[in-house]
Amino acid sequence: MALEIIESCVNCYACEPLCPNEAIYQASPHFLIDPDKCTECLGDYDDAQCSSICPIEGAIIDELGVALNLPGSLTGISAEMLAKYQAAVEATYQAALAAKSG
Amino acid sequence: MDLPVINSSSEGAAGGGCDSHSCGSTDDQLNHLPEHIRAKVHNHPCYSEQAHHYFARMHVAVAPACNIQCHYCNRKYDCSNESRPGVVSEVLTPEQAVKKVMAVAANIPQMTVLGIAGPGDPLANPERTFATFRELSEKAPDIKLCVSTNGLALPDSVEELSKHNIDHVTITINCVDPDVGARIYPWIFWNNKRIMGREGAAILIEQQQKGLEMLTARGILVKVNSVMIPGVNDEHLAEVSRVVKSKGAFLHNVMPLIAEPEHGTFYGLMGQASPTAEELQKLQDACSGDMNMMRHCRQCRADAVGLLGEDRGQEFTMDKIEDMEIDYPAAMVKRAEVHAQIARELEVKEQDRLFQAQAKAALVALRGESGAPLARPVLMAISTKGGGVINEHFGHAHEFLVYEASPAGVRFIGHRKTTPYCEGGSSCGDGESALDETLRVLKGCEVVLSAKIGFEPWAPLEAAGIQPNGEHAMEPIEEAIAVVYEEMRAAGKLDEAPEQQQKVA
Repeated sequence: MALEIIESCVNCYACEPLCPNEAIYQASPHFLIDPDKCTECLGDYDDAQCSSICPIEGAIIDELGVALNLPGSLTGISAEMLAKYQAAVEATYQAALAAKSG
Repeated sequence: MDLPVINSSSEGAAGGGCDSHSCGSTDDQLNHLPEHIRAKVHNHPCYSEQAHHYFARMHVAVAPACNIQCHYCNRKYDCSNESRPGVVSEVLTPEQAVKKVMAVAANIPQMTVLGIAGPGDPLANPERTFATFRELSEKAPDIKLCVSTNGLALPDSVEELSKHNIDHVTITINCVDPDVGARIYPWIFWNNKRIMGREGAAILIEQQQKGLEMLTARGILVKVNSVMIPGVNDEHLAEVSRVVKSKGAFLHNVMPLIAEPEHGTFYGLMGQASPTAEELQKLQDACSGDMNMMRHCRQCRADAVGLLGEDRGQEFTMDKIEDMEIDYPAAMVKRAEVHAQIARELEVKEQDRLFQAQAKAALVALRGESGAPLARPVLMAISTKGGGVINEHFGHAHEFLVYEASPAGVRFIGHRKTTPYCEGGSSCGDGESALDETLRVLKGCEVVLSAKIGFEPWAPLEAAGIQPNGEHAMEPIEEAIAVVYEEMRAAGKLDEAPEQQQKVA
């Protein structure tokens, strides 16, 4: 059993020093967990340390591919709010494109 | 240790929030701090309003990890086009940071202060933060070090902080009530657990207050930053000001919330309002009864370089630094010369200020005795590139500094950001032109002083009740404002109510 860091990781380093097994290491494009070393913190802590400090929902998953921090659980940002965010990003991008071509 | 803090109450002065003790012609709000504190802050741009015209600061982004979540922060912080706390372009190793600091210090001799402010929390990255401080203390002893923290890990770090001769710490304290805190901080990481909501906020508040007390007990200066969040903590911040003052903080910096949907923060996405410049000023004035307030903060990025309000970070990216040859001992000699020159300039200004303050006090006393009405205060905006003089064109200004002129003197009120008029147009997404934006942010001001003001904005400014004035280019800010105020008084304009506002709603 081991946890996994996926591509939404923002490389904030927060998890790396917390791992009791030194299973987390810096890599490109994002930090990774050595599955041979990871114990999901069993025997050391009640909660897996990496997923307890990770600020990015969904960035750490278990062996079944299930996120330890579900969408909205850390930021309070709901799916609707996120859709609004993506629309705002798209609008900014389109405006920048229009400004460049105009 | 109980640090005395000036009380800039509004008694006796026209306009409020300003008494004769804290309001000379230069209005450095540190003027009346005890000498040993002034000696520590006189050349720190973030602590001294006067110093920020002359001295520069830089932040190095060595601290990416954070131990709490704030609703105004998005941890996907990689962005080069925004200027706000928590945003950086590249995270540096301590070795890279030291190299960058020495390169900047050699090229910008006015740089006096190196801060570590993120993009996460410096004390949640103690190894990286302290490795940077350790090496800089050795290699660049003429640079002041400071750190800005959320306070959660502060009590555990006080011992280490005091070893590195860090005489300033900034703590961001948004509340002293866990119920308020629960609406700002969704979680903290504490004793190997993530703690949600009110319980987490309560621990954070306790740690912040404990850290504040420990630092002041050791004689380390503490500035408190608060983010003003309308409807969440705006009414609570006067209480925060009172509490942190009683525990020895020497300066309180209330900053406006920055929240836009495209930042992807909780507040940005839920449409949480930011305060207007007027709301912010009102709160700062309310807090100033209890506390020495800071009004010149520019809320800079966690990797900002240069004078407050400017960012020269792009000149010092790691690939550019790699090619720079730095002779630091030689740079230190040059830096000392530049600092001495600025100190001499400031001393002359200080003598001037004392003289003018005495002259004004005499004038006010005379008028009071003769029963003549005191003239009303007037807000004026100026554009500057630094150096304490009016040296920026109206159309190039990214921000305006707002001052209040009154019979008691000239005092700094705050800065208002805008899009430079000359870069306006298509870059404005919501259809508001850059000039409209500038007119809006200058609301309440009756005069704008710039090095030069073009023909085009002249009429709209006048129509909005803001008199454009380009006659004082390259003159010291406070002196020019005092001259214009005297002209307005002589012309009888101060006897009537300002004519604008209704036109610029």
